[in-house]
Amino acid sequence: MNTYDVAVIGGGIVGSAIARLLGGTALSVALVEARDDVGDGTSKANTAILHTGFDAKPGTLESRLVARGYDLLGRYAEATGIPVERTGALLVAWTREQLDALPGLRAKAERNGYTACEIVDAAEVYRRVPALGPGALGGLTVPGESVICTWTTNLALATDAVNRGVRLLRGHRVTAVHRGPDATRLVTTAGELSARWVVNAAGLGADALDALFGHDRFTVTPRRGELLVFDKLARPLAPCIVLPVPSSAGKGVLVSPTIYGNVMLGPTAEDLTDKAATGTSEAGLEFLREKGAELMPRLMAEEVTATYAGLRASIGRDDYLIDLDAGQRYLLVGGIRSTGLTAGMAIAEHVADLLKGHLDLVERAGLPAPPRMPNLGEAFPRPYQDAAAIAADPEYGRVVCFCERVTRGEIRDALASVIPPAGVEGLRRRTRAMNGRCQGFYCGARVREIFEGEQK
Amino acid sequence: MTERVRVAVIGGGPAGLTAAATLAPSVDGDVLVLEREPETGGIPRHSDHPGYGLRDLRRFVSGPAYARRLTRRARDAGARLETEAMVTGWAGPRTLEVTSPHGRRLVQADAVVLATGARERPRPARLIPGDRPDGVYTTGQLQNLVHLHHREVGRRAVVVGAELVSWSAVLTLREAGCRTVLMTSEYERPEAYAAFHLPGRLAFGVLVRARTRIVAVNGRGRVTSVDIEDLGTGRRRRVPCDTVITTGDWIPDHELARTGGLEMDAATLGPRVDTSLATSLPGVFAAGNLLHPVDTADVAALDGRHVAAAVLRHLAGDPVPGGGVPLVAEAPLRWVAPQLVRPGGPPPSRGRLLLWADAFRTLPRVTATQDGRVLGRVRLPWPAAPGRVFRVPFSLVADADPAGGPVRLSLE
Repeated sequence: MNTYDVAVIGGGIVGSAIARLLGGTALSVALVEARDDVGDGTSKANTAILHTGFDAKPGTLESRLVARGYDLLGRYAEATGIPVERTGALLVAWTREQLDALPGLRAKAERNGYTACEIVDAAEVYRRVPALGPGALGGLTVPGESVICTWTTNLALATDAVNRGVRLLRGHRVTAVHRGPDATRLVTTAGELSARWVVNAAGLGADALDALFGHDRFTVTPRRGELLVFDKLARPLAPCIVLPVPSSAGKGVLVSPTIYGNVMLGPTAEDLTDKAATGTSEAGLEFLREKGAELMPRLMAEEVTATYAGLRASIGRDDYLIDLDAGQRYLLVGGIRSTGLTAGMAIAEHVADLLKGHLDLVERAGLPAPPRMPNLGEAFPRPYQDAAAIAADPEYGRVVCFCERVTRGEIRDALASVIPPAGVEGLRRRTRAMNGRCQGFYCGARVREIFEGEQK
Repeated sequence: MTERVRVAVIGGGPAGLTAAATLAPSVDGDVLVLEREPETGGIPRHSDHPGYGLRDLRRFVSGPAYARRLTRRARDAGARLETEAMVTGWAGPRTLEVTSPHGRRLVQADAVVLATGARERPRPARLIPGDRPDGVYTTGQLQNLVHLHHREVGRRAVVVGAELVSWSAVLTLREAGCRTVLMTSEYERPEAYAAFHLPGRLAFGVLVRARTRIVAVNGRGRVTSVDIEDLGTGRRRRVPCDTVITTGDWIPDHELARTGGLEMDAATLGPRVDTSLATSLPGVFAAGNLLHPVDTADVAALDGRHVAAAVLRHLAGDPVPGGGVPLVAEAPLRWVAPQLVRPGGPPPSRGRLLLWADAFRTLPRVTATQDGRVLGRVRLPWPAAPGRVFRVPFSLVADADPAGGPVRLSLE
């Protein structure tokens, strides 16, 4: 049985970021993921926005870490090629009450250290987003809000971790925890391992794992968010992220461009009990259609490319729950909601700060360079457009997925990457293959064949 | 790199291949067919059953045989067929960006024929809620899996839709050893031809439920059941199955038409064309199921033959006449193609207007009116039915006043 200095449980964005950071020290680190692939839980299905943190609750840990994470991930994205589009956001007020709330929101943003917001009138709202439905009274700009690729972020962090020597254990669901004097033994569905320290970044499963450590301090409620993704031809309708003015009923439904060139409408917010309930619902889709018809009627005439549902790990409080238990050599990273995509790298820093007194976290010399990730973003050059790449390797000219223009070369590269996909779904997230408007009508059979051929 | 050709045909299906075969002998210069799949032939390639070629080749052959025959005819006529060549966008009015294993290049053409066809809307576009398990396919993907890739499908299938292509899905499923336990249709009765329908039911023992919609797909990992609702009573029940095929519900592959700035028709979702199949952009033409989603392969092929005349006139320097009278389909007619009648223009392909109806009418009567005046009225011996194209003679609107308002087509 392997004994590690640290086992990080959860291969989502937060767990991968922590493993990457700890992997840069002299410690031995395992990244333990219950599913067959990294980023297969909450991290794969969020709204994929790089948040400034303008609307966080001032003074919270979340507020601080989102603001810090925004800078960290922005820089990391440049270094690794994670696509980011600096679209900016516009909060639109549709009622007098919402309009009156805008100065308060601007003041709140300033308390969060974000000073770039501006209040604009209705004419300016329609100048920025001409396709908006009638009735907008004004708005608040958030120039820094951006769209990002959540899949590539997760993969870059996990790949970087592996390159730094972290042992990635996929398909290892932790089922029992045995605490010893020097190390904790973790029983998983694929064998046992032990670690001196355990970091719980298990997302939706964080409360269950916490209970294995004998705690009873919070419950993760899966909050389902359903989303509609519209065809790329609709993208000109949404030049920036259109946010509702938050109310007591939550953050509401937004219209956002996606990094892949689509338009997204959603999410709904519905507290469930089943942590595997990632299906869409009749009521949810109907609600989104009604909402969309008000927000952007022209969008509703466009084709829907995908519908999906993601689950946020809601814990019934307004902040992250990050807590170190020195006696158990155990650290909980719980309640990381959709802002975790932005905050992930800052959460890792914060975790390292907490661990500093207990472990030697000096960065070791000669770390490998950050991985250069394949670009999945529509706004940046892709292999099918790259004459030099195709000349050097004709496989980059062989388009397999027509809707997303994914080439055979990219699929091959993904299958041979540091963290190869465990299934066709994972291949989708690494390449966009089968993610387009035809959803596999043309390429589904061929992609599956390529995938299985390479598996043999 | 830029290549110059006389005619670029985008799409190597029945319409594109037939257009190329018709044009190549008469055009001084290259007629280049750009096909993004590894083989030309289009959808018939994976429809491995008879039923192709009746109207254009006066033959009755299987889909793959038809695809091979059209490919050979185009090649023998002197057209250049390039496969694995995808047109990804426009670099100018008739300049195409092309990606292939041979490189990235621009193709500049004197005339462009868009023949990009149509596809079925997949499950998300139909907003069918529920889990997202494996085993949910369109007919196209199913046939691709079974006929071209020889893959296993499940044992018990529910087919959503009861159109012609839905029965084609049933055939494919049967060949793959998968029983169709239920077909659902939201219409009052299944859409496919009655003549095909009854033998189909008898031969396959398929239960067809009309006025039924699918309200959920269930299963984690693999489909385990679907929930269906009776539209009359609102009652719901669960049907165990491991495969779901969403059939029909067509949309043109209109990406290039839209990104090229062509005027689009809000009803077909394809480009608006006149009876010669000219689009709103000079030198850009369209043919096949991009214009009428979806008609049979041979009708698409005949469009390809029809468009050639207009392409040749354009290459000879004849301008497309301006003006014209728009045709408008009124509910329960969903769309009409072509949409524009120009003074002095030719009759449409086969002398017929193509329409799509969202309701059943046996012995339907179609009326054409212009500015309140009845232009013509015709009672047809064939039914109007959802799920397939319904044709009326062009003579119905031939007397339209070129200076008048839109001609409205209505179903009585």
